[in-house]
Formats: sequence, structure tokens, C-alpha cells
Amino acid sequence: MFYRDAGQYKSSYAADRAVFPLREDRIGLAVILLVAFVAIPLFAGDFVIKTVMMPFLVFSLAAIGLNILTGYTGLISLGTAGFMGVGAYACYKLTTYFPGVNIIVWILASGFFSAAVGVLFGLPSLRIKGFYLAVATLAAQFFLQWCFIRIPWLYNYNTSGAIEVPTRTLFGVPITGATAAIEVRYLILLSAVVLMTWLASNLVHGRFGRMWMAVRDMDIAAELMGIRLLHTKLLAFAVSSFYAGVAGALLVFIWLGGAEAGDVFAIRQSFLILFMIIIGGLGSLVGSFMGAAFISALPTILKFGLPAMGIPIAGATAEHLNFMVIGALIIFFLIVEPHGLARLWQIAKQKLRIWPFPY
Amino acid sequence: MDVLYKIFIEPFALMGSAPDLLVQTVWEGLVAGVLYALIALGFVLIFKASGVFNFAQGIMVVFAALTLVGLHEKGVPAWLAVILALVVMFGLALTIERVVLRPLVNQPDIILFMATFGITYFLIGFGESVFGGNPKVMIADELYLPRGVTDVEMLGGRVSFQHLDVAAAIIASVMIAALAVFFQYTRIGRALRAVADSHKAALSVGISLNQIWVIVWFTAGVVALVTGIMWGARSDVSFALEVIALKALPVLILGGFTSIPGAIVGGLIIGVGEKIGEFYWGGLLGGGIETWLAYFIALAFLLFRPQGLFGEKIIERI
Repeated sequence: MFYRDAGQYKSSYAADRAVFPLREDRIGLAVILLVAFVAIPLFAGDFVIKTVMMPFLVFSLAAIGLNILTGYTGLISLGTAGFMGVGAYACYKLTTYFPGVNIIVWILASGFFSAAVGVLFGLPSLRIKGFYLAVATLAAQFFLQWCFIRIPWLYNYNTSGAIEVPTRTLFGVPITGATAAIEVRYLILLSAVVLMTWLASNLVHGRFGRMWMAVRDMDIAAELMGIRLLHTKLLAFAVSSFYAGVAGALLVFIWLGGAEAGDVFAIRQSFLILFMIIIGGLGSLVGSFMGAAFISALPTILKFGLPAMGIPIAGATAEHLNFMVIGALIIFFLIVEPHGLARLWQIAKQKLRIWPFPY
Repeated sequence: MDVLYKIFIEPFALMGSAPDLLVQTVWEGLVAGVLYALIALGFVLIFKASGVFNFAQGIMVVFAALTLVGLHEKGVPAWLAVILALVVMFGLALTIERVVLRPLVNQPDIILFMATFGITYFLIGFGESVFGGNPKVMIADELYLPRGVTDVEMLGGRVSFQHLDVAAAIIASVMIAALAVFFQYTRIGRALRAVADSHKAALSVGISLNQIWVIVWFTAGVVALVTGIMWGARSDVSFALEVIALKALPVLILGGFTSIPGAIVGGLIIGVGEKIGEFYWGGLLGGGIETWLAYFIALAFLLFRPQGLFGEKIIERI
């Protein structure tokens, strides 16, 4: 009815290959961006921005990173949280040594450090495959986590053992540290996520994306067709870790404003990000966002939503219940739709397109 | 030079000058290795029979131990608690097969892996809401587990053996032997091996996959209960034990996902390597290297044998 491709003709190859070929999709995207950039900072409260939107955005970015590696290239990694940590600590060291350079430059630059570490730990992927590789990436996770705790140089010998985010400004407005307004931080985060999603979309729809997918579908066949496995796999590791690193830096500097490695970059975080891309949909950028929304919003909904609906639960019970519900929901979603929320979204769109005459 | 001396000379000099310390370290490594091997064994059983990489094995260990202790706390005598814990593990196997595995049959490996992660989360929440979240003490005395220490004079020093550790090693060996006999000589064991070789061929000769899966998950549950009792007797029973499941993963990739001897040898290598590394080289790096050393040992082996020491050779065809 209102979602139709009838009458929208593609008159060039470029139009045919567009990421959003339908006018309705482009309008929808514009509306979402408008809401995110204008309506939310204006009308949403601090609480919503801080506990709903910011974790959602940070984890979306990390999920996109992991999706490039796992969803597009088919290499399972359980070290995402470790790579996020590399980004956060790299950013911290850089801004300590060069406080004059803008923090946004360092947040983006810190991605290169985690990309380098990612390539290093990606080297075994040439020989090791499947679950063996997944367990091998745990080596990265545990080693990096150990570094964050045991090497005091990384956290500038702070007595708290944590990153203490200094105040940094952009055009005179503080954007990190205790004095920064939450709306400003939100807008910086949102801009970074939008920019990097656009980059990722171009990457996966281009030559590199096709190389990655060829390797995912069968690496020997891809090699026979002239794709250099070493380059392709390491590039996937580099790009993926770059995204994770930037997400980690954003997490510490923009969202939390200080963090201890033991909590935020722990193994459980790696698993949660893997969940996000599996629940959202492997090999789908939209899926990364949906999965991140689902997993990062679920604890908040259970914590505040159930009492609001009149189901009283105590704190400890809520915690236990939370675990049970997350576990049950994961199993439920895997059974109902193993290809994730992205596939459900596709099916829904298809249904809408041919409604009300499905034949 | 100083660093090189500390890496290459000092530890070996220490080993040579105090052999009793070395024996003690190796013994502790072996005991830890046996327990890692037991967890890895649960993984291997399930992976062989159903191709599922069962992340929940570690939680099953904790859950089984917690059920046992929790029931005993509620006034159930120890022997009955063991039987009831076994019943609970059987119920768990049945439920998992019915609710999780059957609808997910023929899905890609990673989906099944994620499903076991869902099971993990569910069991953590379920266990904590039923039995409470605080650590519990294993009922070692009621189960007639020995306690105490024997010191043996040897090599110009003294090496102490915890009775509990000796018992753990013996029980583990007995259980592994029993499993081997079960697999080799019983009707069900033969069916299990057939399923492990080929699902389709097993189906075509009339073996029920569903039944086999229940049996194999139950067997893994029994292994989990024994591991839980042993490990719980050495420390408290709580969900902090979850981390030992992560320790079993390097054991698994070292030995190969499909090999029972691999799980045992891998467990011993990791256990001993980890303890020796921590004791002789750990101080150099600031300690705590146990958390990642096991993974690096496994990774080093894996670079030369990508399918693990005893795993089936991976053959890839276009």
C-alpha cells in the first residue's frame, strides 16, 4: 500500500546496485537519522540517552566489527572485548602524551593500534579453522586482559588501576570528562557510528566485501580463483579490530567516562557481542544494529520494565531472572529464526511489498 | 642479558638444585590436569556424538555440584542427594534434547554453539534462583572423600600429597576406564560410536539419534557431577567455577575435539605446563600468567597440527 517498488525504474547500473534501491527505504533511513540526531537529544532524558542509546550505539559499532570478521569472512572470534580494550588504552596513552591533539583524532587513530594487534592474533587463522580458531582467539582475549591489569604503564600508574578520562574539548566545548554534557557526548558518538557504518557499508558492498564472502563460503575455492587468503583474512582481522578498537575507545571516553578493564573488557563482553551478531543476523549490517539493540536493551527492560508493568521483583531475583530470560530468549530466537532478526526484517518487508495480494 | 639469564638459566638451575620442588609442581599440575581432562571429556563425548560444541559443559559441572550440595542442605541424606542429582542431570539431558537439539537439527555448527551458550545463561540463572548465589561447601566428608596430607621424603626434600588429590586422580582414572569399557563393549557404546562415525549411516541401521543424544548428554552430566564433586571439594561450589570451563577449551583444542585420549593427554600437558610456567617463569612477568599461558601452549601445538594432537585429519575438498 505505502511500501511499493512499482513505478520506481532503475535507469542506470549505479541505481541498480544502490544499497537502498527503494524510495521508501531512503525516506525511512532519513527519518531514523533525523530522530537520532535531532529528536533524541532534544526530547529524550539523560537517563534514556545514557542507559539506552549510548550502549546501543557503542555495541552496534563493535558488532559491526565482529560481523565483518565472523559474518562476512567466516572467522569466529571470541576476542572482541580484548581488541576493544586495546583501542581504549591506546587512546588513553595517546591523549596523555599528546594532549594538544583533538581527542576525536585519537579515538579514531586508536583503531589502528587494535588493528595491528588484531593482525598479529589473526596470523594463526591461515592454518587454524572453525572452532579451533575460536578457541585460539581466546588466547588474545585472556592475554590482552592480563596486560590491562598487570602493566601499570597502560593506565598511567593510577592507584585505581582504571582509565581516568581527562577533560578534552572540541571548539571550546568539553566532549569528554566529567564536565561534558550528555547530549554533546551522544552526538559525537552518533556521528562516529554513522560515519563508520557508512564506511563499512561501502567496504562490504565493494571488492573487499566480495573477497571476504568468497573466503567465507569456501576458502580453498576462493584461493583457486585468485584471492590471496593471507591478505584477505588479515585484512578482515585488521578492519574488524579497527572497529572494535574505536568502539572500545568510544565506550570508555564518551559513554562511561572511565572504566576498569576487569569489567568492561572481560570475556563475557566478547560473548555478548557474538550474541548480538548471531541474534541480529550474520553478514548483515542492519542485523548488527538490531542485535545490539536487543542484547543491550534487554537487561534495562527487565530491570525497569517489569516493575513498571506491575510485576514486582527484588534486585537479586531480577539478576537471576535476567540470566534465565536471556538464555531462554537466545534459544527461542535460534529455534524460530536461525538467520537472525535481519532475516525477519527482510521477510516482513517482502510481506509488506506484496500485501494485500500475496499471489 | 639479565633478562635472558632469568628466562633461560635461572629456572633450570632452580629445577636442578631443588628437584623436590619440581616434583611438587608437576604433581599439582597433574592433579589440575586430570580435572581439566574430565571437563574436556564431557565436551568430547558430546562433540563426537552430536557435533555440538557444548559450551555449557562447565556450567553443567557447577550445576550438578550445586544440586548435590543444595539438596543436602535441604536435609536430604548424602547418598540420596547423589541419586537425586543424577536424576536431575538425566532430566536436564532429556530437556535439552527435546527443547534445544531437536528443533535445531541440521543447523550450522555456530548456531548450535550459540544455543549451548543460551543453555549456559539459563542454567546460571536457574541454579542461582533455586539454590541461591552464595558459595557453598562441598559435602566431602559425607561422600567419604579422604582429607589430610602425606609428606614423602624424596630427592633431598619433602613433597606433600593431598589425599583428596590422590583420590581425585584415582576416581578420574577409574571413570575414564569405565567409560572406555562402556564405549567398547556395550550395545549402547557401539551405537554411540556408530553415531559418532556417521549420523546417516547410524540412522539407516536403525539407531535412534534422539535416544543416543539423551544418553550422551546424560553421560556428560555424570562426568560433570563427578568433576563437580572433585573440584568442589578443592574449593567452594559457586558459579565462579565457571572459569574452569574456559580452562578446558585449550585442553580441547590441544587434544582434538574428537579424541578421548586427546582430552586426557591434553589435560595433563596443559595442567603441568601451566603450573611449571607459573612457578618458574611467572614472577618474571608479574604473575598471574596462568590465565593465558594454557592458550598459548595450545596455540603453539595447533600451529603444527591444526586438528589437535589426536584429532581426525581435516580433509577439505572443493
